[in-house]
Amino acid sequence: MSVHVLIVSPLLVPLFAAASCALFWRRPAVQPWISLAASGVLLLVALRLLLLTADGTILVAQMGDWPAPFGISLVIDIFAAIMLAITGLMALAVGIYSLGPGRAGRDRAGFHPLYHSLLLGVCGSFVTGDLFNLYVWFEVMLIASFGLLVLDRSREQLDGGIRYVMLNLIGTTLFLASIALLYGMTGTLNMADLARVVPDLDNRGAVLAVALLLLVAFGAKAAVFPLFNWLPASYHTASMPVVAIFAALLTKVGVYAILRVYTLLFSGDTGWLGPIFTVIAIGTMVIGVLGAAAHYDVRKILSFHIISQIGYMLIGLALMTPLAIAGSILYIVHHIVVKANLFLLAGAIRQHGGSYALARLGGLWRTAPLLGLLFLIPALSLAGIPPLSGFWGKLAVIRASLDAQAWILAAAALVVGLLTLYSMIKIWNEAFWKAEPLPHPEAHWGRGERVAMYLPIVALAAITLTIGLYTEPFARLSIDAANQLLDRDAYIAAVLTSGAAP
Amino acid sequence: METLLALAIGVVIATSVYLFLSRDLPRMLLGFVLLGNGVNLAILLTGRIGPMAPALIADGADTLAAHTANPLPQALILTAIVIGFGLTAFALMLALQAWRRFGTLDAESLDDAEHIDAATLSELPGAGSALPNGGGHDSPPAGPRTGRAGGQATTATGRELFAPAAAGLPREDAQ
Repeated sequence: MSVHVLIVSPLLVPLFAAASCALFWRRPAVQPWISLAASGVLLLVALRLLLLTADGTILVAQMGDWPAPFGISLVIDIFAAIMLAITGLMALAVGIYSLGPGRAGRDRAGFHPLYHSLLLGVCGSFVTGDLFNLYVWFEVMLIASFGLLVLDRSREQLDGGIRYVMLNLIGTTLFLASIALLYGMTGTLNMADLARVVPDLDNRGAVLAVALLLLVAFGAKAAVFPLFNWLPASYHTASMPVVAIFAALLTKVGVYAILRVYTLLFSGDTGWLGPIFTVIAIGTMVIGVLGAAAHYDVRKILSFHIISQIGYMLIGLALMTPLAIAGSILYIVHHIVVKANLFLLAGAIRQHGGSYALARLGGLWRTAPLLGLLFLIPALSLAGIPPLSGFWGKLAVIRASLDAQAWILAAAALVVGLLTLYSMIKIWNEAFWKAEPLPHPEAHWGRGERVAMYLPIVALAAITLTIGLYTEPFARLSIDAANQLLDRDAYIAAVLTSGAAP
Repeated sequence: METLLALAIGVVIATSVYLFLSRDLPRMLLGFVLLGNGVNLAILLTGRIGPMAPALIADGADTLAAHTANPLPQALILTAIVIGFGLTAFALMLALQAWRRFGTLDAESLDDAEHIDAATLSELPGAGSALPNGGGHDSPPAGPRTGRAGGQATTATGRELFAPAAAGLPREDAQ
């Protein structure tokens, strides 16, 4: 298989899967198997791409063989390949989980075509090297997520869906507006070409305006302070596999876009960038964790923790040092695995305990001890307890903050870690440890459903442990990716010179 | 001409912001449509307006003549229009469903998503309300939306501020 086809296949596989699943609309029993097979292929393709890029090669494909600034370029560097690999992993894990309880309703409502449309948008956002194309992938992702969010068409979902839809519509329109301004100033939308042109623009004020407009647009997507309100207002209403994939990927696409655009286009303007990102990072961490502390519904607590963890990922941008960005990347990888797993576990808690509300839960340590142990792994990892994966991510960003003498940033990161531990222990105490408040009928579910539910949870917990205990390759890869992100000239050269000769 | 168009875009976007400030969902959707159109016009403007000649390469030439219109913004706008159309259609369907289910499109009264948490809070030790079977997720409340004064701090309205006793009522009691 030529490299060209390989670069396009993260788009082709989900596209093909979405179309095939839609083709079997009236035979919902067939769809999951197409879906699972496609997710598996996506993971394999992404791992192959990661192997190809790991040595620092930047893979570039020019669509339609148009030379670089004129057509759409697809670019895969280490960071993009890491994100693709983790997307493939999540696609498979959540795909298996979706075979668990509630499967029939989801399959009939069209879960699988929408699921792969979502993956298509996510993968597209990671591989594209064109700003307008990024907008299009955002919209593909967005419209699929609209459909997934209101999959059950319950009252809560309709209401949550309206909040989610309205705020995201505004966010992406602002993205489009910043694209218009950037195009007006430079006459190009190819990111490598923009990276070449933008630093030399005379009108720095206009560049600043566009940079901030992009920050608002991507920040709304990434749910950063103070643009996070749509997330806790809507996520908890969706069904568990849907929230798990949302929590794993959607906000991270926003973070990815911020990292990509700010390292590539606006890295020369670090003077004003650092303080802004510092404030945003601290605000996001603190508000998120305080919101989580105030809630007593497992889904709400976990939703607020998505926000607080986004703050850690922004530390890299606040400091703009290689170590800090490497920490952010490691943190993203760790967070995707852990957060998706926590939501999968929340679904399992609901299945065993009959509710998401902590007040109604209890006594699960007796009825489902394995679940209790499995919950502890991602929960403690999220809080940053060594030797789990979260510890290394936090260590890297806090170490980078201390190196840069950003004491407040480091202090906020540490305190928020402690409060995260509080929230996780709260869930564990309430759901597993305390006596069951009211007996509820034991859930009837088959052996197959049980396996489908536990298999991805165990696998993701194992990956968390692996990242924690065998950190070296992951850290090395993150550092390479960070160095590559900061080396703008290599990116520009790779994109603009490739495809010159057909 | 540029100034005039820029002013027009400003007016369109200002109108859309005004509409977004409304609590009425259809108005907000109109605001979104206007915002999208304003941004589309901005793309057209930033891509240089003035030259009107179609972007066709003459016979025998390799490149466009000097005074042809810029075709790229038009392609971008076309894409954005199609996407905006899809999003608007979806949002309208959502609003229609909401109207059918809730009987209201007032953003202030749409708070079903928040009631999950209210149900949770009301069952904390000391609240002493009866527990219905299953999670809040599974038992969506039925019935008209009258007598919904019981709310949360997140959506405190004047009505609730003036009736603090009612604001503290858990959801189950309000039914």
